[in-house]
Parts: sequence; structure tokens; C-alpha cells
Amino acid sequence: MSELLKISNLHVEIDSKQILHGLNLHVNVGEIHAVMGRNGSGKSTFSNTLMGHPAYKVSQGQINFNGTVINNLKPNERAKLGLFLGFQYPLSIPGVTVANFLRQANKALKGNSVSPKDFRKLLYEKMDDLEIDHAFATRYVNDGFSGGEKKRMEILQMAMLEPKLAILDEPDSGLDIDSLKLVAESINKYKKKNPQVSILLITHYQRMLDYIKPDKVHVFVDGNIVESGGAELALELEKKGYDWLTDKEVIFKQ
Amino acid sequence: MALELNQEYQYGFHDPENYSFKSGRGLSVELVSSISRMKKEPEWMTAFRLKSLDVFSKKPMPKWGNTKLLSEIDFENIFYYVKPTEKQGKTWEEVPKEIKNTFDRLGIPEAERKFLAGVSAQYESEVVYHSLREDLNKLGVIFLDMDSGLRDHPEIVKKYFASIIPPEDNKFAALNSAVWSGGSFVYIPPNTKVEIPLQAYFRINTENMGQFERTLIIADEGSSVHYIEGCTAPTYSSDSLHSAVVELIALKGAKIRYTTIQNWSKNVYNLVTKRAVAHENAVVEWLDGNMGSKLTMKYPSIYLVGKHAHGEVVSVALASGSDQHQDAGAKIIHVAPDTTSVITSKSISRGGGRASYRGLLKVHKGATNVKSTIKCDALMLDEKSRSDTYPTMEIDEKDVRIEHEATVSKIEDEKLFYLMSRGLSEEQSKLMIVNGFMEPFVKELPMEYAVELNRLIELEMEGSVG
Repeated sequence: MSELLKISNLHVEIDSKQILHGLNLHVNVGEIHAVMGRNGSGKSTFSNTLMGHPAYKVSQGQINFNGTVINNLKPNERAKLGLFLGFQYPLSIPGVTVANFLRQANKALKGNSVSPKDFRKLLYEKMDDLEIDHAFATRYVNDGFSGGEKKRMEILQMAMLEPKLAILDEPDSGLDIDSLKLVAESINKYKKKNPQVSILLITHYQRMLDYIKPDKVHVFVDGNIVESGGAELALELEKKGYDWLTDKEVIFKQ
Repeated sequence: MALELNQEYQYGFHDPENYSFKSGRGLSVELVSSISRMKKEPEWMTAFRLKSLDVFSKKPMPKWGNTKLLSEIDFENIFYYVKPTEKQGKTWEEVPKEIKNTFDRLGIPEAERKFLAGVSAQYESEVVYHSLREDLNKLGVIFLDMDSGLRDHPEIVKKYFASIIPPEDNKFAALNSAVWSGGSFVYIPPNTKVEIPLQAYFRINTENMGQFERTLIIADEGSSVHYIEGCTAPTYSSDSLHSAVVELIALKGAKIRYTTIQNWSKNVYNLVTKRAVAHENAVVEWLDGNMGSKLTMKYPSIYLVGKHAHGEVVSVALASGSDQHQDAGAKIIHVAPDTTSVITSKSISRGGGRASYRGLLKVHKGATNVKSTIKCDALMLDEKSRSDTYPTMEIDEKDVRIEHEATVSKIEDEKLFYLMSRGLSEEQSKLMIVNGFMEPFVKELPMEYAVELNRLIELEMEGSVG
């Protein structure tokens, strides 16, 4: 299988404070990787860095995406290469409808100008796939959305923009079990229709992985991956907790 | 950056002057009398003008607003009356070629063909073109320039003219009352609904011009009308003055919507008095968009004098560059019980521009069961820019429900990151946020104007990254 994302020796700082310490990760086309870790372990730094958030500085190492080193690219340039970040806390854009937002994003990414009518048809198809009410098309982006609605809108955006790699930053956070199931199902549906998409699923809890089967699981502790394995690693974590690995990290350091 | 933006004002061209009359600079009793004489006005109007001139010379300048810029106005350097042509056109072919070309460049004849019920085009002091669709004419709708209105319908004009904005109201209303010329006179007969908009277009061409149009709109019982005005001027190095007076009268059950898209060049002082009276069950809406000018001071007002009258002001302002101050807002005065009002103000300042909201909400004693909502949002795009809010409330009645909300925001980095992660450039992302911010105004406009306004915003926002 061909390699899509290759991260080597990644060091990242925010406000001159180092958060990630020499991280390595390989993701192949079509794979689902789960990245697990406690709050404050550097997961969000990792996802924001991948997408090019200007506050996060890569001080060492390399992010290679589909053959291009993207360290210095702007977020929109990364998006054009096929990266997508599903936000943990999606932002609201009052006055801009979901349909208009996605049409402009689609145009910026793909360079083609679909007529509003054709675009709406396409949008409705994707909404139907994800069982999202058409009424969302005319609502303002994330404005007054519930937590679950915001998360599902992120998945809809992914489905519309068709990235090569979707980084989903805690798509389960703040959701009750029903909403979580809905979100997980929509990710699965999209993945089933688009088997070539790679997914980096960042999560705190194992419960998301009851629904989405990862090919690989990585555990984040203190700004680095301390353990990688198959789906069974998530279950082990569930049983033993993170302490088991935190202790291991201490041993590593010694 | 401000300089670059100035060059992007696309209506900054000007025509050669080939006029039938151009007054000297400055203001005098002789000038005011001769304007009235040239227009063959009735005596009462001549007397009104002269009295107003007297009021003007005695009234001090406002001591609020941008007093520094106001003090720089040189009333002696202004051309108060410029008559571009002898004859008003009923078809565009009858309009002098150069003037017609200007309006062609502004897209007015095309807009008229496509979606307007009537058009009035004022060039300097006079309306040079006027038309009204024949079917509306037959229904008894009157849409004339103010001078013709006075000539053809003296009884209506005498009854309502200056009835809500007397010359004593403020210095600029007095000035307008003395030297007014052009503007629109609109009368909608009872129960007549004019479904598509009437438009007036104002153009200044001469340097140091003073344009003083006077508009009076009367919607008789149960009627409705939507009136739209737009304005542009050439870019000159010295200033021009635009000082209009607009009076709206919505009789029982009538509805008037008055939309302004103000896009004067940045050498125009725009000091305008606009006021409306809404009688029982009447609705008045001011949609006031200020994009251009050097200094705008304008606060459309609504007096709710009949039960169940409703007033609404949507005021948006874009202050772009250190050479621009938009001081805009609204005034609502609840005189009668069971009246309701909404004020929505949206301002954007960027590149050192200054946007101020100034508003008054007044509820008279006895105006019970009043409901009013005021919402002011300011968006600042950089640190150099400035935004101020000056809200005033005078509530003399207990039985009222008033909501007031004000926000000042910046474009957060997180929001930019969110939009950019979807493929939009920084500039596109900012523009999207700004357009969204303006949406409550834009969505109320006819589609053609919404498109035009979005394009204007886009032009002003160009080069806003960095």
C-alpha cells in the first residue's frame, strides 16, 4: 500500500514552549489510525500542526504529505493537497449559510464553478447519505447548532470536500451516546463509500472505537507516541488505563 | 494601503462641464432668491427659503459628532446651484450625451429596463431624467422630481413639505431648506401597492459641488412603496458637500421602505437629515447602507404616532481607511401606545477607518405596551481602526419592553484558521466573515442590489491581508 502521510522527528512549539518531541508516524492510503491520549497529551497540538495552524511552530522534523513537504504551507494550501481537519470545537460563521460556505470552499479547493443548482443537488445527496436534514443547508454555519449537530456538520464537510486524509479531532467529545453513534455511523458510511480515504481519528475515549474499527492505534503521552499497535491496543487501554503507559514513559526517559 | 484602496473607487471619473447655469461660489440672499426665481416658485417657497437661510446663518455647527471635520467645511467655497441642462429627459436619448454616458457607466438605464418601476436621475442640482411605468401612472402614483412636484401638486406639497423636518431642526436641514433643488416627490394613492422599487440616483460631477436634494414621500392609507436611492461622485482632491432632507409620511396602514446605498467618493461630506412619521398600523423601514463619503452623519428617524405602528432601521456602515468616518445610527420615538420598533446596526471598520453608532430611543409618557429591540454589532478588522457606540434612551413610560444588545468583535484567528482549513485564502476567509456580518442588511435588498453591495464590499476589502 502506498504511503500518504509520513511524519518524521516532529518537534512543535507554541509560544516557545515545546509540546511535541520528535514524533514519527506513517499512514498509508485508505487506513484508519486512531490516536489516543489524555487531555493535554498533545493530541490537539498534533492535529492543529498537521493542518497548519499559525500558532504552532515546527522547530524540527518534517511532515510529508503525498510526496510534498508541507511544513511551511498555509492551511488552505494543505487543504488543496487533500488534508482536512474535523474540528473539536467547530466555529460559527453567522450570516453565512452552510450551502454557501460549502460551495465557496468547494470552488476554492477544486477550482471548478458548479452552478448553485447543481451544487445544491450534490449537497442534498451527501446530506441524504449522512441522514442530515436538508434544512441545514440554509442555516448559518454552526450558528446555534447543538454539539452533536456541529460534529455531524464536520463530517458533512468532509464528505463534500472529499479529502485524501481526514484528521478528525475528538469527533466524540461532548456527545451523549446517541449522538456519538450517529457521528460514528456517518464516518463509517463515508469511509465505506470512499475506501481510499485515510482517517486519523483523534480521541480520548475508547468508546468511539466500538463503532469505528481502526487499522492502527497510537497512544500519546506527553507529546509523543509511546505505543503503537492494532485495534486490540485500544481495548487494553480501556482495561488498564493510561497510567500503565505513563509509567512506561517514565521508564523510557530514565 | 488606504491610498491603494482609494484608487479602487471605480466611479471616480468626471465629465467636462457644459452647463446651462453654474452659480458662483458661496451663499447669499441674492443666490437663494435667484434659485427660487429661476425655478418659478410660488411666493411661499421663496419666503421659506429666505427664512431658512436666516436660520442657517444663525445656527451654530453641531457640537457633537466629528467636530474637527465639520469645522473644516468652507461654506464660501461651495457651488450651491448647478443646472446641467435646460430640459429634463423622458427618454435617455433626450439626456445630454455626456450625462447619459455617465449613467450608462453606472448601469442605471439597464437597471431600469430590468427591474425598476420608475427612475429618477439627478446630476448636480437638477433631475435630468425621469420616468415612471405607465401602469403606475394610470393608478395615480405620482413620482416626480421635487421641483415638478411643487409645480404640479402645490396643495399636497404645501401641506407636507417641511412638516416633519423644519429648517430649525439643525444647521444642515436649514441649509438644505434654503438652497434645495431636485430630489423626489412621491405620492401613492390609497390601497395602491407598488410592488417593484422606484429608484433615484444621485450624481455629483463638479468639484466643490453642494448637492441639496429634497425628498418627500407620502404613502396614503393602506398603500405601500419601496424607494431606493444610490449615489456616487468623482474623486477630487478638495471636498464636496451633500446635504439632503428626506421626509416620509406613512398614513394609516401604509408601508414605506426606503433603501439607501451610499457610495460617495471619499471627498464628499454626507450630512443628511431623514425622518419619517408612521400613523396607525403603518410601517416604516429605513435600510441605510453607508459605504462611501469622507464623513457621514446620518440618523434616520421614525416617529410612531399611531397605535400599532411599527418602525425599523437597519443601518450598516463600512469605514475603510483613515480618511473615512461613518457616524450613523437611528432614532425611534414612540409617541403612541402599542407601537413596536427594531434597530439593527452593523458597522465594520478597517485600515484606520472610524465607525460610530449614535442612536436614540425615546418613549413618551402614555405610550404604553411599547416593544423595542436594539442590536448594535461592530466588527473591527485591525488595531488601527476605531469603533464607538453612543446609545441614548429616554423612557418616560413604565409599561415598556426594551431589549438592547451591543457587541464589538474582531476576526478571531481561530475563525480564520477554520475557514482556511476548508481551502479559502486568508482574504476570502475575511471576506466571508464580513459578508456574513452584513447579511442582515443584504438579505433585505432586491437581488441586484445585494450583488452590487457584495461586490462593493469585496472591492473595499481587497488588499486587506497583511
